[in-house]
Amino acid sequence: MTALAGAVGQPLAQLEGDEKVAGRALYIADLHRAGVLHGALVQSPHAHARIRGYDVAAARALPGVRAVVTGADLDPKHRMGAFVKDEPAFAQGKVRYVGEIVAAVAADTEVIARAAARLVRVDYEVLPSVVDPAAALEPGAPLIHDNAASYIKVFDAGTQGNVCSRTEFRTGDADAAWSQCDVVVENTYTTQAQAHLSLEPCGALAEIDAAGRVTLWSANQSVFRVQASVCESLGLPMTKLRCLTPRVGAGFGNKMEAHVQPAVVLLAMKTGRSVKLILSREEDFETVRARHPFRIRVKTGATADGTLVAREIELLLDGGAYGDDSPGVLGYALLMQCGPYRIPHVLAHGRVAYTNKLRFGAFRGFGVPQVTFATESQLDEIAARVGIDPIALRRKNMLVPGDPWFGGQAIRSNGLAECVDTVERESGWKERPKAMRRGRGVALSAHISGLLASGAIVRMLEDGSILLNTGAVDIGQGSNTVLTQICAESLKVPVDQVAIASPDTDGSPYNWGTTASRVTYVAGRSVVGAAAEVEKMLKEHAGEMLECSVDDLELLPGGRVAIKGVEERAVTFAQISGRAHWAAGGPIIGTHSWVFDQKTFDPKRAVALGLPFAAIGIFSFNAVVAEVEVDEVTGKVRVVGAWSACDIGRAINPLMASGQVEGAFVQGMGFALTEEMVWDGARLANPSLMDYKIPTFAELPETLRAYLIESDEPSGPFGAKSVGELGINGVAAAIANAVADATGLRFRDLPLTGERVLRGLIAQGSGAAA
Amino acid sequence: MSALAAADERIALDINGESVAVHAVLSTTLLTALRDELHLTAAKRGCNQGVCGACTVSIDGEPMRACLSLAHGCTGREVRTLEGLAGDPRMQALQRAFADGGALQCGFCTPGMLVAAHALLGRDADPDDAAVRKALSGNLCRCTGYVKIIAAVRSAAQALGGAA
Repeated sequence: MTALAGAVGQPLAQLEGDEKVAGRALYIADLHRAGVLHGALVQSPHAHARIRGYDVAAARALPGVRAVVTGADLDPKHRMGAFVKDEPAFAQGKVRYVGEIVAAVAADTEVIARAAARLVRVDYEVLPSVVDPAAALEPGAPLIHDNAASYIKVFDAGTQGNVCSRTEFRTGDADAAWSQCDVVVENTYTTQAQAHLSLEPCGALAEIDAAGRVTLWSANQSVFRVQASVCESLGLPMTKLRCLTPRVGAGFGNKMEAHVQPAVVLLAMKTGRSVKLILSREEDFETVRARHPFRIRVKTGATADGTLVAREIELLLDGGAYGDDSPGVLGYALLMQCGPYRIPHVLAHGRVAYTNKLRFGAFRGFGVPQVTFATESQLDEIAARVGIDPIALRRKNMLVPGDPWFGGQAIRSNGLAECVDTVERESGWKERPKAMRRGRGVALSAHISGLLASGAIVRMLEDGSILLNTGAVDIGQGSNTVLTQICAESLKVPVDQVAIASPDTDGSPYNWGTTASRVTYVAGRSVVGAAAEVEKMLKEHAGEMLECSVDDLELLPGGRVAIKGVEERAVTFAQISGRAHWAAGGPIIGTHSWVFDQKTFDPKRAVALGLPFAAIGIFSFNAVVAEVEVDEVTGKVRVVGAWSACDIGRAINPLMASGQVEGAFVQGMGFALTEEMVWDGARLANPSLMDYKIPTFAELPETLRAYLIESDEPSGPFGAKSVGELGINGVAAAIANAVADATGLRFRDLPLTGERVLRGLIAQGSGAAA
Repeated sequence: MSALAAADERIALDINGESVAVHAVLSTTLLTALRDELHLTAAKRGCNQGVCGACTVSIDGEPMRACLSLAHGCTGREVRTLEGLAGDPRMQALQRAFADGGALQCGFCTPGMLVAAHALLGRDADPDDAAVRKALSGNLCRCTGYVKIIAAVRSAAQALGGAA
């Protein structure tokens, strides 16, 4: 270890911190271009309707209006979608949910654009609609997509009728295993739609040059996914679109796939001008995406001593009108539903149903918070039936080092036991002073990071300083800082010797995105690889300059290459880079590209149908304990304490890692207790912060502790795994288990609102007893 | 449009200690005037409904929602945005503590948080956890889980000398 400023393991402040506290960080809404036009949207009033035509004459005639674009400007052949290519740039031919973008206007001012949007007339033929996913799968249900089976898919999705995708995994023989079980518990759980609610609403700004090439800034989690989505949906060659990113006001999954970018690019192309469009909070709620509502039927069997034997789980996901990331969420939830436990016999299957609602997609946890709510609730029910402490039951069954994951993939680092020990000790679990109306609950979970491709370019500038370029968008979680620390540590220089380039599809190496808890692990490995290339080139130069073998050279802290053990026989990075630029060899540029290729399923151990991820990544682990207090008069649940331990391999930056764990807990608390998007028929009834409640300072538990466990992942950059999503997975389950401990009532439907809990208490009769 | 245009007038506002003229119809909010006309973009539009607090600015020393304040209603009052408070030692201590303490992630709520915290430290030099929570309860953050924000405000108070 070097002791250089900002080295790996140090709690370095976020590199953008000074800019953010000065109010000078520029987000999409803060960008300004001379002569920019302002965009506004027309949204569908219908859940399901065929579009017979448009009348844009009145809108177009309004002074200051420069263009109106509708589905008539779109080629029906062009569709986007991460898994099933079922989605046009915006509504084309049909509308499929209330609030869907139907047309867009560009005008001299936002006021004019919004006024013009109200003048666009759309001739609709209203069709029967279906908003309930189970009803959507009934015979004779209205078809959301006229011929979904014909869409292009990137895997064996099984798309048909209103089934967007289906997936099934098996190990052992679940059908036969029930007879070996002494205890079998079967229940159905439901979870609600949760809004991401990044404080920054989505928006985009597109500019077109004289040759027709478009430059697009937008609130996003991947400039490369933006480029792919816009080009697919508008039929553009990728060379015609350059995507950039300003600072991003958080994402949580909402900004990974497209939102308003295709419409804004089309407006820029039609007007030949710069066009900017920022969604209102209501539009952001209504038109983008949200966390999937799940219906989870799960059956788990154990022997009398609490050993888990078998599980069957069936998921039904409300996918909304378009596939988006739904097939991935289904497949991932089915892969993770077993939790970090040995269960020899498992049948896990499920479907995503198209409905006439807003699309549902990626949201921190990617389906794991939903299934973990069900399965960790059920483990507590089994623990009660066999008379074992909930933590003891989990310890008995949890994966230990050497155990593979469900389906057979090897796990190389497993710090779960230390996570469990830590939260048990720190929460005072064993003491468990039983107070009135108070209860404690526990949940364990895991998360995988490593999905899809990334690259890095490390360039040495003429003066010996370093420019890092990964294409990974920092959405506020601090990946620019962490990747810079990894680069600086690799080359043994202080962190201020490394600058990090802003993602740009013209100049950055491909990076799939800031999603799936992948940037530290995936981009971090690319940075380590590219820095190693630079080190090799530095040593080749130094060997010639010092007239020695490269094998006799080492990097010294502070940007020097020296003969091993002879510190005075050294050349500086500046001397080497000057030579490279002006005399010999050319500029020093290190690159590295890779994609995770360890198979998710071992065909000797498991059978998989409709697997969306053939290779997915490495495993991080979490244990969380929550303590709640339940108000018997109002039913309100208050979380008073939380202890969350995450095995993240290595904390590259402990300040940021603990911030992820704390933030994930509070977001999970909102999911557990208050947050719910409510539809009145087909219309979203609460698209505003007045009516959709996220946790505030007032709801923060008195105690919220994050513990970082370091298990040293052999494949990770400096041993690191991932932290972004892990901390949210078990929160709702731990809170539900705590409520059950406090009240004796098992709630199987989220969120645990005061109203729901009070109804339970009244039914139980304990309301009267209190 | 003509009715709106007729009401358009230039008004003088005291923004960050300077008298500036802005175009404002009767319905123009202070936030719109700041962001769209003056290009003072520290105050953010998170909900435009007075709930999220990202647009918090100081009006006559009190933290107020710029999205709910009409520009016409601010004539004759001292409006201070984060940009204008940046020279104040109390704000500088808060800025340092937020940046160093991990009290920000995406940073979108940060300007509003800082303005609200600045007002708090103006009336309570050494707030406890409960006082910080109360003073900032109108400011939403979706990233941090709030823990490090509370710690940063208290650490800034300590750096400024606190109650001592």
